[in-house]
Amino acid sequence: MKKTGLYIVIVGCGRLGAHLANRLSSEGHSVVAIDLSESAFPGLSADFSGFRIEGDATQTAVLREAKVHKADVLIATTHDDNVNLMVAQVAKKIFNTPKVLARVFDPRRETAYAQLGIRTICPTSVAAGLFFDAISEDE
Amino acid sequence: MKVILVGGDKTLYFLCRNFTSKGYEVVVINREQKEAVQLSRQLSAVVLCGDGSDPEILAEAGARSADAILAITPNDQDNLIICQLASLQFGVPRCVALANDPDNAEIFEMLGVTAFSTTDIVGSLIEQRASLEQITNLLPISGGKVNVTEIVLDNKSPVIGQSLKDIRLPEGTLIGVLIRDNQPIIPRGATQLLDGDHIVLITLPDSHGPALKALLGDTE
Repeated sequence: MKKTGLYIVIVGCGRLGAHLANRLSSEGHSVVAIDLSESAFPGLSADFSGFRIEGDATQTAVLREAKVHKADVLIATTHDDNVNLMVAQVAKKIFNTPKVLARVFDPRRETAYAQLGIRTICPTSVAAGLFFDAISEDE
Repeated sequence: MKVILVGGDKTLYFLCRNFTSKGYEVVVINREQKEAVQLSRQLSAVVLCGDGSDPEILAEAGARSADAILAITPNDQDNLIICQLASLQFGVPRCVALANDPDNAEIFEMLGVTAFSTTDIVGSLIEQRASLEQITNLLPISGGKVNVTEIVLDNKSPVIGQSLKDIRLPEGTLIGVLIRDNQPIIPRGATQLLDGDHIVLITLPDSHGPALKALLGDTE
């Protein structure tokens, strides 16, 4: 286990969120997973040794409970782009979290949020890039 | 004036009706197809069915030429993103978001979006009205730093029959307008106050209580 683990808050514990939470937790980081419903948490494996919080992350009280002001990293991976973008901005601008990442499905919203200094990852663009690469490889 | 309203429900309906009656050009964006169809039948506004936080829908609603956008959906995250997109991508000059969670009103302001919380506004209205029956309207501005209060003078008021220039009001108080028999009057020093006058009073927090006392007398 690494000595200097990071404090990471993951908002949205679906397939991607749970995967990240399990992996980061098993790598020795302190992870807090937030989800609207408790039913998402079974996605967390036995390796996950972090905390779970059931709540709506668009309410700052929930983020405060997750001690976002002390977090090194916040990752927003709910299925709702707007929740991710809002939570990411609140973490960055109000809780001063050093590293904030948001998943955004809609590539058209990426540019607007790049302007606000929010780092977004768009699964659509990423997958499209991989497909294009795979096509050109075969030629 | 061109206004885009995003949301649904009675609030949107009545707001839209109010705006169209003033001659504003209104475009409504509503997510639910059934509700959108119903609104388009009831309102003399263009109604689009779609996600207001989708830049294409905003473009279709004519965001580029809009003077204002009001996001009043039940989801705070949507209201924030709608206003940010409208302002960043379309340069809409006035974007106002409803904060359903009153805590978010402050957060939205910190993120650069004008916000209001109906909970806060209605809460303070009810508090003020419950505490003093002569107050008929109260509007806190910039989070309560300035209050605009409408009061009615009754025969118990110590200022009835006096001219404004003779009434001693505390610092930080302004009588904006008088309403007498439904007619607004911009008051001057010589204007006399009468029983039944409605006064629109502008006060700072410190002068609010003393100003009400000066005009209404001891109501305890």
